[in-house]
Formats: sequence, C-alpha cells, structure tokens
Amino acid sequence: MASTSTTTLDQATAAADSGGLWADVWSRFKHNPIALTGFYVVCVFVFMALFADFIANDKPYYTQYKGQSHFPILRSYLVDLKLAKWPAELLNVDYKKLDGATSIFPPIPFRPSNISLLEPLEPPSARHWFGTDKLGRDVMAGMVHGSRVSLSIGFVAVGIAVVIGVVLGGIAGYFGGWVDLVISRLFEIMLSIPTFFLLITIAALLPPSIFLTMFIIGATSWVGIARFTRNEFLKIRNLDYVTAAIALGVTDRKVMFKHILPNALAPVIVSVVLGVAGAILVESSLSFLGIGVPAELVTWGSILHEASTTTYAWWLAVFPGFAIFITVLAYYLVGEGLREVLDPRLRGLR
Amino acid sequence: MSLLEIRNLKKHFPVGEGWFSRGKGAVKAVDGVDLTIEEGETLGLVGESGCGKSTLGRTILRLIEPTSGEINFLGKNLLSLSQRDLRTARRDMQIIFQDPYASLNPRMRVGDIVGEGLEIHKLAKGKAKRDRVMELLHQVGLRDDHYDRYPHEFSGGQRQRIGIARALAVNPKFIVCDEPVSSLDVSIQAQIINLLQELQEKLRLTYLFISHDLRVVEHISHRVAIMYLGKVVEIAKSDTIYRDAKHPYTRALLSAVPIPDMSKKKERVVLEGDVPSPVNPPPGCTFHPRCAYREAACSQTVPPLEFSADGHGVSCHVFGPGKRP
Repeated sequence: MASTSTTTLDQATAAADSGGLWADVWSRFKHNPIALTGFYVVCVFVFMALFADFIANDKPYYTQYKGQSHFPILRSYLVDLKLAKWPAELLNVDYKKLDGATSIFPPIPFRPSNISLLEPLEPPSARHWFGTDKLGRDVMAGMVHGSRVSLSIGFVAVGIAVVIGVVLGGIAGYFGGWVDLVISRLFEIMLSIPTFFLLITIAALLPPSIFLTMFIIGATSWVGIARFTRNEFLKIRNLDYVTAAIALGVTDRKVMFKHILPNALAPVIVSVVLGVAGAILVESSLSFLGIGVPAELVTWGSILHEASTTTYAWWLAVFPGFAIFITVLAYYLVGEGLREVLDPRLRGLR
Repeated sequence: MSLLEIRNLKKHFPVGEGWFSRGKGAVKAVDGVDLTIEEGETLGLVGESGCGKSTLGRTILRLIEPTSGEINFLGKNLLSLSQRDLRTARRDMQIIFQDPYASLNPRMRVGDIVGEGLEIHKLAKGKAKRDRVMELLHQVGLRDDHYDRYPHEFSGGQRQRIGIARALAVNPKFIVCDEPVSSLDVSIQAQIINLLQELQEKLRLTYLFISHDLRVVEHISHRVAIMYLGKVVEIAKSDTIYRDAKHPYTRALLSAVPIPDMSKKKERVVLEGDVPSPVNPPPGCTFHPRCAYREAACSQTVPPLEFSADGHGVSCHVFGPGKRP
C-alpha cells in the first residue's frame, strides 16, 4: 500500500530534519557540485555588486594628509547621506596627485566615470588590467560597477514578473473554469508578442531609463512564472488540506496565499532564478544596441556596444562578454540544480 | 425536524472540457439522492469506489456545487446561501478526510492547523486560542508538545487525529467522515473509530460516515445507506441491513465481507460484470444488468426508494417493501 511506504520514508525525513523543506533542499543542493559552483559564482557577483565602491574607486580606503587620517570611501557614503561634509582640503581632489599624502587605494583605483583622454583604448596592462575604452575609462572599474546594473535589473525585473505572474497564475489555477480560460488566453497573447521588439520600440519612444527597462522586462517576462504557478495551483487546489481550509470557511484570498502559495513556490523559484539570467541577457542586449539605459551609465552591455565600433580593441568585447556569459551560465546552473532538488519525482517527499 | 434533509440532490460532471464538447454527456456522480440525518446519529454510507459516495459527502457541504436539488441543514437551505453566509455556516459542518498525508498543510504547524478555524470564526485569540487548541489536542489523544510540530513529524494515525481536532475546533454539529480509516492500519482503524464514537457521545455530533468497508460501518453506524451508481438503493437501521438486506446489490456486498468465524458457512453472491459507466447508466434500475433476479420491469422503469413501516427503504422492483419477502 502506498501510504505504508510513505510512512517509513516520511519518518526518515522527519528524523533527519525538522527545519522543513529549505534545510532539506540545501542539504541536497550541496551535493551537486556543478550547481554549487554556479551558486558561488552568483555569490561572487552579488558581493562585487554590493561592494563595488570598495573594489573599484578613485578614492582611497585610508589616507593620511597633513597629519590627519581620513577614510574617503566611507566618508563619501556619509556625504551622500548628507550626514557629513568633505573637509575643504579634500573637496574634489585627485587623491593620486595629492602631495604629501599616504593613501591605501582599492585594488582598482578608478571609477568608471574617471575619463582620461590621454590614454584612450589602451590594451590591458598592469595599470589598467582590462584596458581602457575610447574615453580612457578603466574597463574593469566599469565592469565592477556595471554588475550593479545587471544585478538590480535582473532582480527588480524578475520581482515585477513574479508579482504579476504569481497573482495571475494563482487566480487562473485557483478559480479554474472561464477565469482560467480567459487568463490562459492572455498568456498566449503575451507569448506571441515579440518582447524584444516591444522593448526596442518603447526605448525608442521614451527617454532611456534604468527603471523603465526594468519595468518593461518585468512586464513582458511573467508568462513563464504565471504558467508554472497556474499549474501548481491547479494541482494543489484539489488536495485535501485546501478542501479542509475551504470547509473551515477560510476566504479565497487566504486559501490562495496561505495554503496554496507556500506549497507552490518550488517551481516558481526555479523560474525566478532562470528569469534573472534572462533579464540580464535582455539588458545587455539593449545596452549593446545603445538603448535601454542612459549613455553615462556603464554596463556590461554598453562596453560591448563600444567594442562594436572599435573592433581591434578586443578587450572591450572579451571581458564584458565573458562576464555576461559566466553570470548567465551561473544562474542557469543554480536554476537547474534547484529544479533537480525541488522536483517532487526526484525528491522523496516533502 | 431532522438535522439534515437532502432532496433529489444531483451532481453531474460534464464530460470533456472546452467549447466544442458541450452536451456530450455527464458523469452522473450523484443522481437524485434523498436522505435525512437525525441529530446525534451516524449514517453509514457504503458503496464501491466510484459510486459517488465521496462526491455526495462533499456536495452536502457545498465543497462541490451541486447541479440541482435541495439541502436543508438546521432549517436553512444551504444552496440558497451566498458565499459569505456559507462561510459562516461552515462552522456547523466539517469534514474529515481519507488520506492523512494529503489533508494537512505541510507548511503549517499543528497548532496553526487546528487553530485556524478558531481564528476564522473569531472564536478565540492569543492565549485563549492556544489553550483551546491544547484542549482539542488532548481530546483527540495528542500531547501539548505536538503544538509546534509540523505534520511530517507524525504517523498516519496521529495525522488523522490532527485532522479530527481541526474539524472539532469550530464546534460543529455535523461531520462528514470521508473514509477516515480506509488508509490506516487495522489496529489504528479501531482507535480512530473508537475516538470518533467517544467524541460523538461527548459532543453530540452527527456523522455521515462514508466507507467501502461494511464491517467498519456496521460498528459505528446507527443507520446505513447503500449507494450504487449515484443513487441510494437501500437504507435501513444498521442491524436490519446486516440481518435482513433486501436489495440484491446489498446482499452481494454483504456476502463479500469476510467472516472470521470458520464455522459459519455463508452463501456467496458473486456479481457478474463490472460497474456500468456513470456517464451512460443503464435504463430502468441501474443495477439490472448485473442482477440475478431481474424482471421485465427492471430495465424499463427506475424503481423508487420505497419505505416500509420500520423505515427500511429499498429501491427495487422485485424485493421492495410489500413485494417478495
């Protein structure tokens, strides 16, 4: 009998962990070296984006000038928050040319905004590890700061897609019948819209903005998430614990979000991770075409864009191209690893 | 007045989905059922799998919307209630499920599962809620420290107890027990049945006890209804059914129950053929193609459920009340 075999399995899992699904997921994810590698790569990129100011900055971590100690990078945060002011002698100075100052600089002592017209299109060297672009800006500094754009576009766009997708997919799956019919047709209509051309059209009509790009990517990429959510809701809606909640008199909204959604998250999370990769690709493509984000914002795609006009400057193509490739690959590996771990057929049971 | 009165209840599931398959027919899962259940009684509902007994149970609670018919519960017609009023009315009627592995939300703690009804119907909050849940857990034979655990930490029997506690939380008058012991070990079946009986006495509950196992039903029920293809074919007091079954289908079912006493020799009625499709049930008495006693009338007209003076209802042209003994 099926239930007897699940009993033993169930007790085995129960003994192993009482931390619930996620502890279990992590313990099995750990044993997949490829997915784990992807996860670490993602972590490195997230770290890079969060601490970009400490990795690539024209200000030093620490400087001793005229007998006083300063922490210019930290101070710049305080100044941005209007909690402090620059001392007069340090306002708008170039720390590298400051006479009599001892400074400790970040590993990449440039910001992507440091234009140096005397050294345009320099190949990689000890001074500029990944070379410079047409305006003499350090490519590596641009890439470190550009990872922020990639990451935030990825997450915000997918965040928007998740909200739209989960709500519409959930409604379709929960209520079924004609509601499902209408919403499912909407999915098909959305699928038949060529997203990229829509993006190009909108980008051509409106001034370039990072938020607009996020929003458009999010608003056009929710169909996959919605379909997964719908299928899960459809399945879980007929389980007894949902029937029990309805029998208790729980409202539809609460049944959907408290009883069904937490149990429907697994495939949604997989599509979220894959969606982040997709959004990063779309943003890079748009920047490569020179639309999407404002020109002064350096992103991986915008560096690639420059490479398209100066073909001999291979470093402008190789490094950001490789970074995009590695990031997208890493997200896919994590997504695939999660899919394997969360697949109920591969899992013992919840 | 009876606690529950069902009149000519029907639930037909349309076959095939989509625009073009309308009118292709329907699965007649429940096809004109009349039942009354008195307060404090247990009505056993027996039938083969697929005969519509679970659908009937859920339709009564409006967990499945019926196609037509009437359900009077505590003097209210349930089918005329708005969704909002229905949610309020759900306090009085609960359900216990067959599969204890599917009936508890794996992401919720036992305390929250049992306490949810209290919150929904604003019966208790905070400390009072916790105390009430503890009381319920004790009532079904669980311990205080089970409150903060997740369902996967429990065995099938314990989970079934949690399901019972959840149903009891809102002080219902009527509980549909949808094969509550069918997926449990025999030793645990007895515990759960005894628990249900104990609770019935203490809380004056009324049960509709659905099962395919006549022995289980015999033990717990005051009256038993036999269902075949969406219809009730026989209904009588529990001991009458087991002593003096009239309908040929009931007799066939009874003869299939194994008796542990080897000295008793019993007559075995083996049914020929399979259960017909509920999409296209046979005309007349739906049982006639498999019936050894069929007469000319059986394939022509549907036999009504007729009652004798002692409340024994049979739907049969041949063995109905006032016909053959």
